[in-house]
Amino acid sequence: MHRGVAAPLLRANIDTDAIIPSREMRRVSRTGLADGLFANWRYLDPARRDPNPEFVLNRPERAGASILLGGPNFGCGSSREHAVWALHEFGVRVVVAPDFSPIFRKNCAANGLLAACVPLDAVEALAAWTDDDPQARHLTVDLRARKIVGGGSPIPFEVPRGHRMRLLRGLDAIALTQGRAAEIDAFEQRRFDAHPWARLPAARGR
Amino acid sequence: MHPYARAVPATLFDKLWDSHCIETDDDGDGLIYVDRLVLHERTGGVALDALARRGEGVRRPEHAFCVVDHVVDTVPGRGDETRVPGGTDFIVALRQGAADFGLRLFDVGDEDQGIGHLVSAEQGIALPGLSIACPDSHTCTLGALGALAFGIGTSELEHALATSTLRMARPETMRVTIGGRLGGDATAKDLALHLIGTHGASGGSGAAVEFCGEAVTAMDVEGRMTLCNMAAEFGAATAVIAPDDAVFGAAGATPLAPAEPPLGYWSTLRTAPGARFDRDVALDAAGVTPHVTWGTSPEHSAPVRARIPPASGAAARGALEYMGLEPGVALDSVPIDAAFIGSCTNARLGDLRAAARVLKGRRVAPGVAAVCVPGSTRVKRAAEAEGLDRVFEAAGFEWRESGCSMCFYAGGETFGAGKRVVTTTNRNFEGRQGPGVRSHLASPAVVAASAVRGRIAAPDALPRP
Ligand code: SF4
Repeated sequence: MHRGVAAPLLRANIDTDAIIPSREMRRVSRTGLADGLFANWRYLDPARRDPNPEFVLNRPERAGASILLGGPNFGCGSSREHAVWALHEFGVRVVVAPDFSPIFRKNCAANGLLAACVPLDAVEALAAWTDDDPQARHLTVDLRARKIVGGGSPIPFEVPRGHRMRLLRGLDAIALTQGRAAEIDAFEQRRFDAHPWARLPAARGR
Repeated sequence: MHPYARAVPATLFDKLWDSHCIETDDDGDGLIYVDRLVLHERTGGVALDALARRGEGVRRPEHAFCVVDHVVDTVPGRGDETRVPGGTDFIVALRQGAADFGLRLFDVGDEDQGIGHLVSAEQGIALPGLSIACPDSHTCTLGALGALAFGIGTSELEHALATSTLRMARPETMRVTIGGRLGGDATAKDLALHLIGTHGASGGSGAAVEFCGEAVTAMDVEGRMTLCNMAAEFGAATAVIAPDDAVFGAAGATPLAPAEPPLGYWSTLRTAPGARFDRDVALDAAGVTPHVTWGTSPEHSAPVRARIPPASGAAARGALEYMGLEPGVALDSVPIDAAFIGSCTNARLGDLRAAARVLKGRRVAPGVAAVCVPGSTRVKRAAEAEGLDRVFEAAGFEWRESGCSMCFYAGGETFGAGKRVVTTTNRNFEGRQGPGVRSHLASPAVVAASAVRGRIAAPDALPRP
């Protein structure tokens, strides 16, 4: 189950080089990529990192977006897994699109991202519903029930069974649980308030 | 404040579960808050490395602890070199991961090093009312302190490191009421072998088992840990025992316990009168005598003075074939090659004292290899302060550094194929202690007596020293 702010990026054929330009892949690492996510669109001048105020992920009403609503053939092009790593690191947990490049989709499953297939008109309807107040109109993505809940009736989505199982059970259970971070934090705070002794002092370094 | 109040009286397990359950998802799985995590070198380094590769952090590094127990050598003068092939890499990887993430490590050479489940109890990592998880199936040992203890897999460990939670189905509850008092040389281990022998190795399958009754209340805290430890061999998901003043005293005196233990809260950690369990069994401790296993499952157990029962099926026949035994053989006539005292089941101070009482003034029979591996460095130190090491060595036992040692085989040390060993450990599976090794589970006193006699023996079978 994931609940979050959605951001529409409804153009077709968003390729992995758009998601993470190759020059942004500086390190032999899976990390340090979020800054380069959609660099060519997100920044007026990618070298100087001037934000483009028009780009959806820079819009204040879309702050903290964790669900991307994409167009057809999302994630085509180079097989670079860095695209998925960059999305994940940025905080994206779900990409909803009419269809995906198979490799991108597999990379998503391997890294705790759900790539959910929904017909284009339904993606557009979800996007339109969030438009009014994206920070309040969260989408809820239920991987077990395979449904996205927005304004109207739940929209079923399609995801390969293996990916779904992997997302539900595998390493990527972590990402699913991180979707409940607010609940965990709140629970923990209540616990520490009720049982201060359950909390140990933070490590003083090594 | 809890999201749902219970209309019916709660069991101890219910209370522990409810007080850690953040939410229940649509499939009925609970998201359980984990107060403490313990990692060991066999999987800890790998999990931390995978976490680092994922770009995740450890959510509460001050609540995660690392021990070196599974592959580290136990020979005196040990270092990072291991007899387990490649074992050094595991130790080094855990050390690196612990340093990278800022986790406290009880390293080789640390005066508090030991088997994780003992270290958890000694240090106060596990306390009454806390939840604790460790990638080892005998984590349930800590339920003896009134902790909610879970053994987990490596990916669950990564999940718990990253999120401080575990997602799992709520187990059924099962009450095991043990009436009467243990008498003579019978111990918690014998009780556990009797229970598993009676109800089977899956008798507690998937359940959260609560041990209660007169025998449990009368048992010292170490004995309760032995009992809860063996719950893993009963198929249990975990085990709990209502903590009492003995536990509060022991737990409250640990280094990580709060200066003022929450005794008021801790004393609520007991099953309310009238609470319902999904399953209920009862047994009587009074008639239990020292036990030993004769096959390759802990349920293949019988009193030391009994004969091996008729083989009741293919599994039992296969077990007897592996063990080189036959139905009708008197167990206390079976000659042995080795004796092992160690493991998270039976290598606490009381266990070593019990064995030393038998060994004092006696010698291990010729040809029997005998090894004692204290469960923790603290236990080792305390035993040495009482002179127990000298008793063991004078009797012909090797006296080792602490660790899991020959409780399990990872390609390193073993007594050798075909060797028959009486052992205080918890698993007598084929090959558990090495290819072809024949393991007979028993209490420390029975192992000591058998070592002296050169055959499986009850402690009271030995002539006066
Ligand atoms: S002593 Fe044996 S059972 Fe206990 S943790 Fe070590 S290997 Fe596991």
